[in-house]
Amino acid sequence: MSTAVPNENLITERQLSILVKGRQRKNQLKCDAESIAGCVSQRACVYCGARVVLNPVTDAIHLVHGPIGCASYTWDIRGSLSSGSELYRNSFSTDLKENDVIFGGEKKLARAIDELVEKYPAELVFVYSTCVVGVIGDDLEAVCRAASQKHGIKIIPVQSSGFIGNKSAGYRAACDALLRLIEPAGEPRPVKRLNPVPSVNYLGDFNLAGEAWIIGDYLKQIGVEVNVVFTGDSNYRDLKKAPQATLNIMQCAGSMAYLARRMEELYGIPSMQVSFLGLDDTAASLRNIASFLNDPEMKRRVEELIRRETAAVKPQIEHYRSKLLGKKAAVYVGGGFKAISLIKQFREIGIDVVMVGTQTGREEEYQTLHDISDDGTVILDDANPSELERFMTEKGAHLLVGGVKERPLAYKLGVAFIDHNHDRKHPLSGYVGAVNFAREVYSTVCSPVWKYTREIGGGLFAAGKNALPER
Amino acid sequence: MLDCTPKELIERTGGMINPAKTCQPIGAMYAALGIHNCMPHSHGSQGCCAYHRSHLTRHFREPVMATTSSFTEGASVFGGGGNLKTAIKNVFAIYNPDVMAVHTTCLSETIGDDVPTIIKSAEVPEGKLVIHANTPSYQGSHITGFSNMVKGMVTYLARATAEDKKEQVNIIPGFVNPGDMREIKRLADSMGIKFIMFPDTSGVLDSPMTGKFHMFPAGGARVDDIRDAGNSKLTLALGYYASSDAAHLLERNCQVPAVTLKTPIGIKATDELLMLLRGKFVREIPYELEEERGQLVDVMTDCHHHFYGKKVAIFGDPDIIIGLTEFVLSLGMRPVHVLTGTPGATLGGPKGILEKEIKAMLAASGLEGRVKAAGDLFELHQWIKNEPVDLLMGNTYGKYIARAEDIPFVRVGFPVMDRSTHPYMPIVGYRGALRLVEMISSALLDRQDRDAADEDLELVM
Repeated sequence: MSTAVPNENLITERQLSILVKGRQRKNQLKCDAESIAGCVSQRACVYCGARVVLNPVTDAIHLVHGPIGCASYTWDIRGSLSSGSELYRNSFSTDLKENDVIFGGEKKLARAIDELVEKYPAELVFVYSTCVVGVIGDDLEAVCRAASQKHGIKIIPVQSSGFIGNKSAGYRAACDALLRLIEPAGEPRPVKRLNPVPSVNYLGDFNLAGEAWIIGDYLKQIGVEVNVVFTGDSNYRDLKKAPQATLNIMQCAGSMAYLARRMEELYGIPSMQVSFLGLDDTAASLRNIASFLNDPEMKRRVEELIRRETAAVKPQIEHYRSKLLGKKAAVYVGGGFKAISLIKQFREIGIDVVMVGTQTGREEEYQTLHDISDDGTVILDDANPSELERFMTEKGAHLLVGGVKERPLAYKLGVAFIDHNHDRKHPLSGYVGAVNFAREVYSTVCSPVWKYTREIGGGLFAAGKNALPER
Repeated sequence: MLDCTPKELIERTGGMINPAKTCQPIGAMYAALGIHNCMPHSHGSQGCCAYHRSHLTRHFREPVMATTSSFTEGASVFGGGGNLKTAIKNVFAIYNPDVMAVHTTCLSETIGDDVPTIIKSAEVPEGKLVIHANTPSYQGSHITGFSNMVKGMVTYLARATAEDKKEQVNIIPGFVNPGDMREIKRLADSMGIKFIMFPDTSGVLDSPMTGKFHMFPAGGARVDDIRDAGNSKLTLALGYYASSDAAHLLERNCQVPAVTLKTPIGIKATDELLMLLRGKFVREIPYELEEERGQLVDVMTDCHHHFYGKKVAIFGDPDIIIGLTEFVLSLGMRPVHVLTGTPGATLGGPKGILEKEIKAMLAASGLEGRVKAAGDLFELHQWIKNEPVDLLMGNTYGKYIARAEDIPFVRVGFPVMDRSTHPYMPIVGYRGALRLVEMISSALLDRQDRDAADEDLELVM
């Protein structure tokens, strides 16, 4: 007898976005596609993508052109640290009203820029377009150009209307804005460097909890200067120097691959993918940088740093590994590259990843995820909470790695949680980050609080059977 | 330093700096979560839904479920009707709620989607309901959105079916925490009055941890109860801004008399609520509540010397700041700055109601103060720089000002994203007032202890 119990399986479109390693061929996963209307998607929009990439530029006025919400929800949420200006932690909005929507918001935008520039001595303004602005057709380019000339500073429109694509389209809009910012006067061409010390642009680190500072310190120790970070703790003047770098190293490829490619085309700066998550990836990335720069002395310094730092953290990692061995983790993060790194990093502390998914992973990243996963691992794109629940439960995950919306879901299931997104509180990069990561995993997986969830009051209560009498 | 605010006051016309409000749809989403077995649905781009869910999750620390029409460029050019119809089909097929509560966004409003017509032509399974509210983000604030979704509940659900009105009261609690809703229900319960509360997010956004995830937790107002609200003999709208429109709509549609009271924050507003219930339902106020009131007054007298003459700045949602202002006045404090980001009057209503009401409260205590609706925290910060205060009360965003000016800070309102337990702990009723006294007094005295020189540190305060 079949009763029509609706469930996830009814959506055949979603089935194409989920696979189990070992059961299907690896190129079957559908990704980089539009979400289905009516799903509880964990994804965000174009504006969100653009905002998260640009927000860490510390001395810019980030002006959101639209009704109030878009500015409210992105007010100081990125956790990216600054060594200088704190201007980026304010929330600026044109707060469009009905009249502006009917008659156009250009005049209000121009006024907002005038007023803000008068109040804050900024050299750079990013003006973000939102959904409504895209529909009513305000000419952001023209307003920004006029204001730029009037005030003699860089005022750059960011084409980030929410509906024109997904979060990835926002990354690209942000990169386009950055390219306009770093554009030197005259024809773009390779810039000759006078400084004999090789310098790199570090792309795709947003200095959450000060991570870019840690990596910058490693690079300094091996004799490499960080020219500028895109965009953690960056500022107008440093970003302008970007074309002078010898090499672009890139951590978050999802947001920065496009920028790296364009900088190679425009300024002849080669780029290299790096990852500073976990001991192995950190060591490999430092070695790759030294190999690329082909400097024997640097290679020696890299080996010395790896030896020293590894020795310093290994005992602690081993300690946590011994406590965590055999635990199972589920991973649901924004981009594919982070997911790949996390699988490797979990292996270092003795944990198997049994479910892995991303909001905006690309096809080649899913191939890699498939290659490095164990048989039976569930791999899924653009998952919704029911799917996350189902596979975490089925696979017996002890821990979920995710962002703000996933945290309470994990907790409700009695599953431990780590924020690997904006709300992270400790740096998770490099050697010190590897220890922090292991400690965070340990402190949540092995917390005494879970004892009280697994046996409800030692059988004292009826496990919710007496819940909520109908009135 | 996080202090980027200059002291000199400047006239501004180009938007908000550090807003004290957010947009309508999140209020509608919060209200919809207060219906049992209801899926809120955001008719717009994916980002709106993601932001609202994240923001609510940060405040409540609970899973917040909602679906989205996932607008694309095509939908924005040709209309979102197709997306909404697909969404309605999918939501019932996958998640199987009893109700789907659609709210619009600035995008779907601007392109002019006719949501009621789309809903009528959609495939809604037998016995299932789709309700909607228009919540353009470019009008009002999250409070307006809450109010609009409650109106949607009345329009779609409440019906006058009984010949005589029943001995029961409808309570529209306003945009308050689930803990507040529980407390208001307890007050009505302890008077033995039958009530229907809608929306009711208790049991939804303060649900217990059971080791299981429930897409639709056990709480929330039942659809049958909201239907029956049309048969009640009275509707109590708690809070003019969040609740009174729906109450008046219910009065028009179902002839249920509506009374608007302040959100019952503090002793006076709670007295008014209980007196009204007593009068309308001819009930004794039980000793339990009399005792609670007496205890509150006892504590207020015990420590009134801590409060006397202290200057306070209060910001937040209109109904909340009205209650807070009244209560701190009753403690002998001086609310010299009161501000909300929400416009001061409902759409089409008389202008400046909020400013007038709060200024009247101040005047009755012989005080003057700066009061503003549709303001922002940049302005509040400037006011404080020009006239310093001893205490700041408001949501999490106040922490920047509190730090820059080194002022004690009491977190109250929405959102509170840097502390926990607030969704469970009421600020309404006598118990809630007692808690406010504790929070205010701890903030002031902790500061006094911190700043005291060794010889001035007091054991007994």
